[in-house]
Amino acid sequence: MSLVDWSRAQFALTAMYHWIFVPLTLGLSFIVAFMHTMYYNTKAEKWKNTTKFWMKIFGINFAIGVATGIILEFEFGTNWSNYSWIVGDIFGAPLAIEGILAFFLESTFIAVMFFGWDRVSKKFHMLSSWFVAIGSNLSALWILVANAWMQNPVGMEFNPDTARNEMVDFWEILFSPTAVHKFLHTISNGYVVASLFVIGISAWFILKGRHLEFAKRSMLIASSFGLISSLFVVFTGDGSAYDVAQTQPMKFAAMEGLYEGGEGVVLVTAGMLTPGKKYDNDKDEYVFALKIPNLLSYLAERDANAYVPGIRNIIEGDKENGIIPLEERMKNGKIAITALKEYKTSEDKTIKDEALKTFRKNYKDFGYGFLPDKESAIPNVPLTFYSFHIMVGLGFYFIILFAIILFFSIKQTIDRKKTWLKIALWSIPLGFIASELGWVVAEVGRQPWTIQDLLPTMASTSHLSTSSVQITFWLFTVLFTVLLIAEFKIMIHQIKSGPKEERS
Amino acid sequence: MNVLKKIFRFYVDGFKNIDKLGIKLWIIIAIKLFIMFAILKIFFFQDFLNSKFDSDKEKGDYVIGNLTEN
Repeated sequence: MSLVDWSRAQFALTAMYHWIFVPLTLGLSFIVAFMHTMYYNTKAEKWKNTTKFWMKIFGINFAIGVATGIILEFEFGTNWSNYSWIVGDIFGAPLAIEGILAFFLESTFIAVMFFGWDRVSKKFHMLSSWFVAIGSNLSALWILVANAWMQNPVGMEFNPDTARNEMVDFWEILFSPTAVHKFLHTISNGYVVASLFVIGISAWFILKGRHLEFAKRSMLIASSFGLISSLFVVFTGDGSAYDVAQTQPMKFAAMEGLYEGGEGVVLVTAGMLTPGKKYDNDKDEYVFALKIPNLLSYLAERDANAYVPGIRNIIEGDKENGIIPLEERMKNGKIAITALKEYKTSEDKTIKDEALKTFRKNYKDFGYGFLPDKESAIPNVPLTFYSFHIMVGLGFYFIILFAIILFFSIKQTIDRKKTWLKIALWSIPLGFIASELGWVVAEVGRQPWTIQDLLPTMASTSHLSTSSVQITFWLFTVLFTVLLIAEFKIMIHQIKSGPKEERS
Repeated sequence: MNVLKKIFRFYVDGFKNIDKLGIKLWIIIAIKLFIMFAILKIFFFQDFLNSKFDSDKEKGDYVIGNLTEN
């Protein structure tokens, strides 16, 4: 494996570990806030104990997961220095706001939330739970805005004198459709993960015949929240996919394993890709596939007969439909790189001005100039395709599960539905798997780019030895595994102890 | 001033009455932060450009050099 591969592997490893903790924090914080509100409204001790139990579980996850994301920032500065330098001005503002919000909102109110029982007014205490939830989710906003910018770089201008992108419109970055969809899709996915978690743990209590009333209360809250959130995930997922079709057509084609585009394209709801299929061979795309006519065109363009490009069309071009051949974009990119070099090295003002003009004209294809061949513009299609389809399949499964659990919870017969309780328990990991797969689609699908069209991974890394990245890769593997084991052990111990009300 | 004192006391009392689980979690947080900032950051994750160059101009020129080297 090359330096770029190891750097990518390390980033993927740390991001995926980090993402085990984050969605649970995002969703559990709201579930705790709902329960706390129930306690505030009813003054019933049972709600107080329910809130306290889940607050403790939230606290364990928060404590183990806190600051695991900072390692990603370490990696930016060490492994990805070219990239960090080039995006610095764009990332600076959102990440600074994230730091301030995370520090002031979360850390201030999290203390009130945990220490505030009988020490502050009940109203302020309940509100602090809401502030923790809102603060956690707002923190996520800024890092997701930064990620969205990499997928769809808007509101900035590249300064060839400093080699940095400079922000020209903060609001365009914040409210770009990519950022809005990514934020909403990601946080609502966190709510689904947390709802599945609460339902699963509650199911375990019922199966064990312990704390039945507590478990049924928790299930009712979590299945209501989960059902609304999972429906919202479909809505935001559709928005995200539409946005991907507009801004990252190659990723969109990889998600569907679509090599040959056209008008009125079918949607593959499930299928198996043909091994060895390449953009330039004539093998069939799928071994088998369940298809819905015209739906992909509709999802991509809101028109059932619209044109959707496939991987081959993007590589070879389709001028009739406004797609420039990749070879031409690679040529434009090389022209931009040469012009940048000329601009930086020439002493002659006329040559500099001309070079700058040429650079600006071709900058939109700058990143293509680094690609060694056409093949390198294609992401890992099987990984993107299967991750996407499994994620979507699980998403629809969660809707059904939440609806059934909610139905039986309302009918107050959930404690007799052993099969569904077992399914709920074993669905806990599925929420995390779907969530991780979402990131696999987003990040593997956008390869080779660190900044879409402008900077590929191969031009983003630092000049380091591969062995130094390997060492830190294994260090992180050990560190995060230890943290995960600690989380499991502490959480399982706390869950087994159960809520206070029925412990005696 | 009175308010600040109250807030300070709130935190002190909170930490004084922290349960076993809370202590365990704080220990994990402290160890984790120590490993991250005192070991990983210092020995393994020095900022590449900051460790090589002093000024932004040098850093910018170096990155452009990397991008245009071939």
